[in-house]
Amino acid sequence: MLGLINRSIQCFLRDTYGEATWLGIARAAGLGFDSFEPLLIYDDALTNAVINAAAQGLQRPRETVLEDLGTYLVSHPNLEALRRLLRFGGVNFVDFLHSLEDLPEHGRLGLPDLDVPEFELVDQGGGRFLLRVSQLLPGVGHVIVGLLRAMADDYGALVLLDHGGVDTAGVHGGDEVVTVHLLDQAYAQGRRFDLAMPGV
Amino acid sequence: MTLGLDHGALARLMPMHVSLDARGVVCGVGPTLAKLPAVAAALGSGFGDLFAVRRPAGVVSMADLRARAGQCLHLLLHESGAQVRGLAMPTAGGGMLINLSFGIGVIEAVRQHALTDADFAPTDLAVEMLYLVEVKSAVMQELKRLNLRLQGAKVAAEEQALTDTLTGLRNRRALDGVLPLLIAQGVPFGLMHIDLDYFKQVNDTLGHAAGDFVLREVAAALTVETRASDTVARVGGDEFVVVLPGLSDTARLGQIARRIIDRLMLPMDFAGAPCRISASIGLTISTLYAPPEAERMLADADAATYASKRAGRAQLQFHHDCAGGRLSA
Repeated sequence: MLGLINRSIQCFLRDTYGEATWLGIARAAGLGFDSFEPLLIYDDALTNAVINAAAQGLQRPRETVLEDLGTYLVSHPNLEALRRLLRFGGVNFVDFLHSLEDLPEHGRLGLPDLDVPEFELVDQGGGRFLLRVSQLLPGVGHVIVGLLRAMADDYGALVLLDHGGVDTAGVHGGDEVVTVHLLDQAYAQGRRFDLAMPGV
Repeated sequence: MTLGLDHGALARLMPMHVSLDARGVVCGVGPTLAKLPAVAAALGSGFGDLFAVRRPAGVVSMADLRARAGQCLHLLLHESGAQVRGLAMPTAGGGMLINLSFGIGVIEAVRQHALTDADFAPTDLAVEMLYLVEVKSAVMQELKRLNLRLQGAKVAAEEQALTDTLTGLRNRRALDGVLPLLIAQGVPFGLMHIDLDYFKQVNDTLGHAAGDFVLREVAAALTVETRASDTVARVGGDEFVVVLPGLSDTARLGQIARRIIDRLMLPMDFAGAPCRISASIGLTISTLYAPPEAERMLADADAATYASKRAGRAQLQFHHDCAGGRLSA
């Protein structure tokens, strides 16, 4: 897995719980180093080891840690660049949901080695959507729930989100399912998004 | 076949268009273009008030424009100063329809005129281009940080590789780098080989901790007695080499060596126990060799050191003295 993913998890743990906690988790995960390089490739097992060590060290369910990670990815100022890249996906939340199917391709435009889960969106009508997420790592659906929750806030949309379990019968086999119920597309003001890149 | 499009449809299809009537008067502009300063005000004026054609040269009249139909035009929009690309095609009524694009200038235009997604036709890749520019900037920034970290790690690793961990002096590898450099640059230099006397006794009677302490004290003394530009290296258990660039005067080298010996003969206090050592020094100078060779000079300094030891320790000897005043070829 590209270090960028691991690095985001590291930043999430460090920014949320402090440097000492992160170092403890890195040790418990048996990393043998204390910082991931974003552009180097690491063994997939390390990602899981870090998440498990974090859940154990923080004494919180793995699902909660993953969901908080998803929220952190779009709401923390340190990752403003990622929020902006996601916002390029659409002018409103529904547009954005549909753009998730293009996310792997968009991600690889920038970084050919980037691992992004495959998405499949099913519009069930009445503002209800099923989002199938390929299992980049077990529990990836929880990351997406957290991420969608923060993106809905960003767009000012009111949504109900749920992790609908793992669908073993899916085309990819082992997709995680996220249910999205959009109650109001323009519930709140949302955060501003200018096409022009800030501070350049 | 002639298409009849109303202004609204044209505005959506080509939000950056300019339509000119048969006389060359601006009779319509797309909504995105209208966001640029003074563009809307140019409605009803001749196209020359709105833009100038930079390339190809000589396009000033409606007839020139018609003659260039279907060719890529490089335009300068007055007022906003934006350089745009355009394509002009004749319309049914004898006018021209020109579709414009910011080209690579889109990044600046988006910033200057606060353009949004809605300002670009869905078929236009402008927003994808902005996305790519941001992705590229983010990746470049990561690469830059990675390079800085690697550079820092490289400097630290090189420093470690050239440092003797016990004393913090340079090591044999560092010495092997310094000597050929001085020789290649033709800098004259003095070379001093120092072998501690009675070090084994300190180790045997007071233990290795005392021995390590003495080595660190010797390192500190050598650092004090030499200049910052000199290289002081620990090359063996209790052997040191000092390289003194620009110093080939035997009298001065002799003084420095004498000072080092005197200083090292002062008892060193290790947890209440006095450690007594001295040093035997052998010296040589690069100007004695034509050309100087690192290995040979080190061997000669080493030989002079043993001459000092044989002469009763706490002595210094120059290589040319102990070799009988002349050097064999």
